[in-house]
Amino acid sequence: MEKELRLMKGNEAIAEAAIRAGVDAYFGYPITPQSEILEYLMEANPYEKTGMVVLQAESEPAAINMVYGGAACGKKVMTTSSSPGISLMQEGISYIAGAELPCLIVNVVRGGPGLGTIQPSQSDYFQACKGGGHGDYHLLVLAPASVQEMADFVELAFDLAFKYRNPVMILSDGAIGQMMEKVYLKPYREREKTLPEWATTGKPPTRERNIITSLNLDPYLHEKHNQKIQAKYREMEKNEVRFEEFQTEDAEYLFVAYGTSARVCQKAVQLARTEGIKAGLIRPITLYPFPSVRINELAGKMKHIISVEMSAGQMVEDVRLAVNGQTEVTHFGRMGGVIPTPEEVLEDLKSKI
Amino acid sequence: MKVVTGDKDIIQPENLVYKRSSILTDKQFSYCPGCGHGTAHRILAEVIEEEGLQPVTVGVCPVGCSVLMYDFLDIDMQEAAHGRAPALATAIKRLLPDRFVFTYQGDGDLAAIGTAETLHACNRGENILIIFINNGIYGMTGGQMAPTTIPGMVSTTSPYGRDVKTMGNPLKITELVAMLPGTCYVTRQSVHTPAAVRKTKKAIKKAVEYQKRNMGTCFIEIVSNCPSGWRMTPVEANKWMEENMFKFYQPGDLKVPPEEPEKSKDDNE
Repeated sequence: MEKELRLMKGNEAIAEAAIRAGVDAYFGYPITPQSEILEYLMEANPYEKTGMVVLQAESEPAAINMVYGGAACGKKVMTTSSSPGISLMQEGISYIAGAELPCLIVNVVRGGPGLGTIQPSQSDYFQACKGGGHGDYHLLVLAPASVQEMADFVELAFDLAFKYRNPVMILSDGAIGQMMEKVYLKPYREREKTLPEWATTGKPPTRERNIITSLNLDPYLHEKHNQKIQAKYREMEKNEVRFEEFQTEDAEYLFVAYGTSARVCQKAVQLARTEGIKAGLIRPITLYPFPSVRINELAGKMKHIISVEMSAGQMVEDVRLAVNGQTEVTHFGRMGGVIPTPEEVLEDLKSKI
Repeated sequence: MKVVTGDKDIIQPENLVYKRSSILTDKQFSYCPGCGHGTAHRILAEVIEEEGLQPVTVGVCPVGCSVLMYDFLDIDMQEAAHGRAPALATAIKRLLPDRFVFTYQGDGDLAAIGTAETLHACNRGENILIIFINNGIYGMTGGQMAPTTIPGMVSTTSPYGRDVKTMGNPLKITELVAMLPGTCYVTRQSVHTPAAVRKTKKAIKKAVEYQKRNMGTCFIEIVSNCPSGWRMTPVEANKWMEENMFKFYQPGDLKVPPEEPEKSKDDNE
């Protein structure tokens, strides 16, 4: 079957891709700027077509715990929200990580703190990449920079989630959620019929009972459990780092940026080059695991590195750790829902020369 | 006439009048002596065994004394975050509609931190069974005041008795869920006497039947005790429960299905 070309919002692309990827259930609660996802799914009524359950929950905590219940049945289950709603889900996300359940959580980030603003932001990087809830855990974090990637990352996210039995987050932002672009949609994939052997589906006589829990009262056993999930993160760091480079071959100045900021920086690189400044860009696609090794390799050739983020500077800490003192690293960004212009970014770069 | 001379003659299958349910594991209960949880677990296990539900049952444990329920029952179970069991059960039942899905929750879990999940699951009419153990106290954390602690009742956080003027009123959440259109069967039972145990077991069997027919949410409150938290002997605790808890939480059916639609059909089979 041919791929289908459509003009869609990023939020709509996630919803349509979820139906096509054979997702079993979506549980969500309305919040701007991502309510189109729930609206699109309700209108599409995929239960009739693929059997996908779509349910509007009474709150974000309920939604994420529905995700827990569904994921513990071995099903492909997802939720989406925006920053304040994702904060409310942190308890559930920690339990999901602790119980080693695969699922997809999409954060279409808006400006914070608090109720903040409904405009796009990247100020949830720490929350997404450093745990977010209580305990030692990581989500595998994918950062789309286009509507196409919003669609493509749904299937990728579930493949990774089931590979590692770990929750995956798509960390998007209000700009990518709301903007329209052309998107190639994949053909429909059937929902999975066989469920993983660890799933709680009712105990047949042929196996021991399955228990999904994050509780371990024995500290030595619980340390072992922690070591097990940490070992998974080391595997992800080895196998799952994804990034994209733009004009880094001869670059002397490097931007590190993801999502919307990466698109702004791509233009800034072009503007810099017309003025004879050899600028380049590395765009992390996985924010966790972070492309530290590649950034470390590139850093030796760079006169200066700028981490461009729509925040007060969060990813810049990981960039500095990766660069490890080889060259100077600074942050440039706008906050509160403001998107920097390529000219502003270029001006900041020039101030470092 | 045969003369019975020793154990070997008595222990014969035909003489068996009672046995431990096969659904109960060999794990020793972690409950205090005299606590109602053990009895509630046992009758639930018996219903699962008698109805042949083991291959189709998915249960959800709460946070509270029964957090380790999955250690005691030989069925697939999920451990929920505090108060969120009805959200888990909602998803399980929606994704596996032919399974028997239940939650087992205490009063703090169900009627304080999980009030929203409880009310909305019941209001949506999820086809699940919610078993609600109400002993008027937070047992696991050491006897603090619960949403169901009755007026004047002493706990570690109401050491002079619950003063409703400053501490608020106990929440009759069972009366609340009975008002919701999504519930089909709401009843309040207990497990402190053999007669009460039999009635509660019968209620669970009814709920299994209603769930099979997708009739909506079944909600069984079991008014129970907490000898450790109440600082009483098991006998004193049961007596205190009868004299005080039952006045506030009166046992009996709060809501029964108006008619049992397929009853006549079943009778013919």
